[in-house]
Amino acid sequence: MIDFHTHPDRYRHWNLSIDGAVATLTLAIDQDQPFAPGYELKLNSYDLSVDIELQDAIRRLRFEHPEVAVLTATSGIERIFSAGANIPMLASSTHPFKVNFCKFTNETRLQLEDAARTTGITTIAALNGLAAGGGYELAISCDEIYLVDDGNSAVSLPEVPLLGVLPGTGGLTRLVDKRKIRRDLADCFATRAEGVRGKKAKAWGLIDDYWPKSKFADNLSERTTAATIESPPRSDGPGIELGEVLARKTADGFEYDHVGVTIDERVATVTVQTPTQPEPKTPEDFLAAGDSCWAIRAFRELDDAICQLRFCHDEVGLLLLKTRGSIDSVLAVEETLATHKDHWLVREIVALIASVLRRWDLTGRSLFAVIDGGTAFGGLLFELALGCDRIYMLDDPDNPTEVAIGPLSAGSLPMSNGLSRLESRFLRDPDHAARLAAERPRADASEANDLGLVTVLADDLDWDDELRLAKEERASLSPDALTGMEASLRFGGPETCDSKIFGRLSAWQNWIFTRPNATGEQGALVCYGRPETASFDWRRT
Amino acid sequence: MPHMEVDLDTRIPNNVNLKGDKRLLRALEHWQPQFIEWWKEMGPSDFNADSVYLRTAVGVGKGGWAHFDHVKMPDYRWGIFLAEPTDDRKIHFGDHVGDQAWDQVPGEMRNRLRRLIVTQGDTEPASVEQQRLLGHTAPSLYDMRSLFQVNAEEGRHLWAMVYLLHVFFGSDGRDEAEELLARRSGNADKPRILEAFNQPVETWLDFFCFTTFTDRDGKYQLASLAESGFSPLAYSTQFMLTEEAYHMQTGENGIGRIVHRTGELMREGTDPRKVGAIPFDIIQRYINFWASMSMDLFGGEDSTNAAEAFAMGLKGRYRESDGIYKDPKALGQNYKLSVPKNGGMTEQDVPLRRAMNSLLLDAYVADSTRIVNRWNRDLERLDMDVRISLPDKKFHRGQGVYAGYWFNPAGERITEEEWNAHRDDWLPTEADSAYVKTCMISVREPGKFANWISPPHQGTNEQPNDFDYVRFH
Repeated sequence: MIDFHTHPDRYRHWNLSIDGAVATLTLAIDQDQPFAPGYELKLNSYDLSVDIELQDAIRRLRFEHPEVAVLTATSGIERIFSAGANIPMLASSTHPFKVNFCKFTNETRLQLEDAARTTGITTIAALNGLAAGGGYELAISCDEIYLVDDGNSAVSLPEVPLLGVLPGTGGLTRLVDKRKIRRDLADCFATRAEGVRGKKAKAWGLIDDYWPKSKFADNLSERTTAATIESPPRSDGPGIELGEVLARKTADGFEYDHVGVTIDERVATVTVQTPTQPEPKTPEDFLAAGDSCWAIRAFRELDDAICQLRFCHDEVGLLLLKTRGSIDSVLAVEETLATHKDHWLVREIVALIASVLRRWDLTGRSLFAVIDGGTAFGGLLFELALGCDRIYMLDDPDNPTEVAIGPLSAGSLPMSNGLSRLESRFLRDPDHAARLAAERPRADASEANDLGLVTVLADDLDWDDELRLAKEERASLSPDALTGMEASLRFGGPETCDSKIFGRLSAWQNWIFTRPNATGEQGALVCYGRPETASFDWRRT
Repeated sequence: MPHMEVDLDTRIPNNVNLKGDKRLLRALEHWQPQFIEWWKEMGPSDFNADSVYLRTAVGVGKGGWAHFDHVKMPDYRWGIFLAEPTDDRKIHFGDHVGDQAWDQVPGEMRNRLRRLIVTQGDTEPASVEQQRLLGHTAPSLYDMRSLFQVNAEEGRHLWAMVYLLHVFFGSDGRDEAEELLARRSGNADKPRILEAFNQPVETWLDFFCFTTFTDRDGKYQLASLAESGFSPLAYSTQFMLTEEAYHMQTGENGIGRIVHRTGELMREGTDPRKVGAIPFDIIQRYINFWASMSMDLFGGEDSTNAAEAFAMGLKGRYRESDGIYKDPKALGQNYKLSVPKNGGMTEQDVPLRRAMNSLLLDAYVADSTRIVNRWNRDLERLDMDVRISLPDKKFHRGQGVYAGYWFNPAGERITEEEWNAHRDDWLPTEADSAYVKTCMISVREPGKFANWISPPHQGTNEQPNDFDYVRFH
């Protein structure tokens, strides 16, 4: 298991300091403390251990520090902001790890952008040295980028010329989609290993401004002060503290308080339990309850479970989603969240849930929701089912099942493509999606089937066999083809910067990662840092 | 390569047929006034009106580069000279070994090559800036002339690099050429690229250390570029090396003369401090500082950049073309690198190509050791027991695998506490610097020398020591 939880007191690579409304995250990577042995994190190059801390810091800022209005990311190492992802780490990783690492770092960058969008924090990259590859991709995830003008420091995306792969953390997409850099300039930028320095970088739109070294600190502080006035803090605080979420091992998997995972060879069952205690009814209740309320706790547990499954169980190809408990209790929680959604803490809770749901959507495994007797697929948990590739529902009068749509399904929990899961599901009939969101039906098995909310409806006679066949059939299909097929089908409709980032990552980058030109014996990624020079198969598709 | 005819009649003396390339001529004529302006602002500007007995290159053949005359420095004929081209030049190392050498920059190497040239080029004006005030405290006219000779030739080396940037690197190259004049040594906002070139050279002890150790790094960098598969760079740096030798000679003789003077004084029982000369311990600390700063210039001991520059055929090993290395591809071999691990050291096998900087540094250390031994032989002749030593390559490093760890000058790993306790024994202190500055008095009478330095064995260009090397206006 991987420990995805940490605390600023235990950070080895980042330092989080808060001064009034301004938070500063300083990157000073301890090169001798990599995630796994075998490589050194030189020149502020990062690996999973660095990103776990970054994710932790972003989440904590959102929940624990509502008084913060500006987040500045900078480097504690002379002349270098970050050299990006650590190349020896990437070159020595398995393909699944590489992909999951890229996905996780992308999700972290999106959380940074979501913090800016949802929370209203102004994020600033203060590049006091070279920002290469993932270093620049971190910067470009911020609202504003300022580069020191010392004749040396540059921003760059050297992956194509140096490594024969793509910038893996949304770099190319953000160039043209987010910063709207002219495509020809983006082309020049992404093929120029040494990058672009101050004046030209600003002219091309790669940074917002450049300042000489002697004025850098003053100009930055002037800018951050102005930003605290432009978008003031959400609240004077205090916030709520995020405690640890740790998995406990069980005989056939692992479990938390509300989430359990059992693994049977290539199939894992993820079971979410609805609230069992009285839950907060007002924002004040939420502040008092802290991180122990179900809405925070269950989704943080689910988040951890997804990450564990992605990184530590790559042989598991099919996730069966189940729920246990009371549909009323989960709907009640959702009702409270919807009623108070303008309160800063409630907004953060909903944003957290939305990000976990997106992580679920983006998991490269087959996802089946299994709605059998006694389940509680209401509201937030039915959203999880809507995120699945298929929904199996038992139709048994002796063992009734029901599903319910909650108030947040009307757009408060958007997918990466910007649509609600209902809109994504009913692209062919948007009115139906709107009606479901507005009327919020609570439906039994056959009603749910009529409403198009079920993939396979089975009675008690067929149920076990139906599930067995589904699992066996899925298990027989090519895992690669399934990953591609599912990713293609899950995100119909429009594209957003977010969906493009993942789409391109899954398609182009994963293709390139497995091609001999990158990872063959003479591939560029493999040869990087080795005495041999890469040699390419020049045929293009 | 066009035939190398020397043209001294144009504004820019050259042997690259500038007349025949109007576009290039225009570009360089545009750059030239900027250079002169830079020289007047950042060069030894207080001496612009004085006539200095300078060597000017008028040709690349034997003796052609050693034409002496009294000139005012701003009138020095900075020009562009490439060594005589070799017929049918082949690439003799790296992945392209045996291929025809390039007269044009291969596209895929353009950016890397430009970076190499800019980094080399940046050091040339930087050292002039570092040394711009030293003329005021010259210990003799002979030394003042040497300083200005070095300055003028560093200026010419800048021209050599700028020529390459203009000819082969398009508008990026022209931008870089202008940037070379915009950066300023030691300026926090516009520093020179390499750290040693941002250090102040405040005294002549610094200057002689700089020319001994830092210019010697220059020699090795130029020598590795002189092997380049890109012929214009090879020819350019080959010719620069002839001038660089003089700079190092200035340093070696300078330190040698200081050591000799201190030795003489001590032999006759005089405390050097009492008579404005420089004690051995201070000399040693300055050597420790400049030698270690200069070793940083070689870059990381284990470097993928160096491996790629070698693989591409851009930067060879020292004297690669002399055929002293077994395998011109440098594949399948390892370099044993001693690296810090836990509290001690461990040997690590580094693929040879990645250890190119280490190899070059080793050659540098061997060369520097020879120089130090020469100074020690003189001390032996003077019957002095004291010896000068070269600090180990692990000592006081700010770059590479030893940076961030503590070593004594002998190269033994020590703790931070030990370092703090001994730092002032090993590196110049403020008191050292203050004392050395008090020794720096201007001596302008022909044939006279400041008390802290011995006269040279022979004058420049076989002139007597009391020759008027500098004529003040």
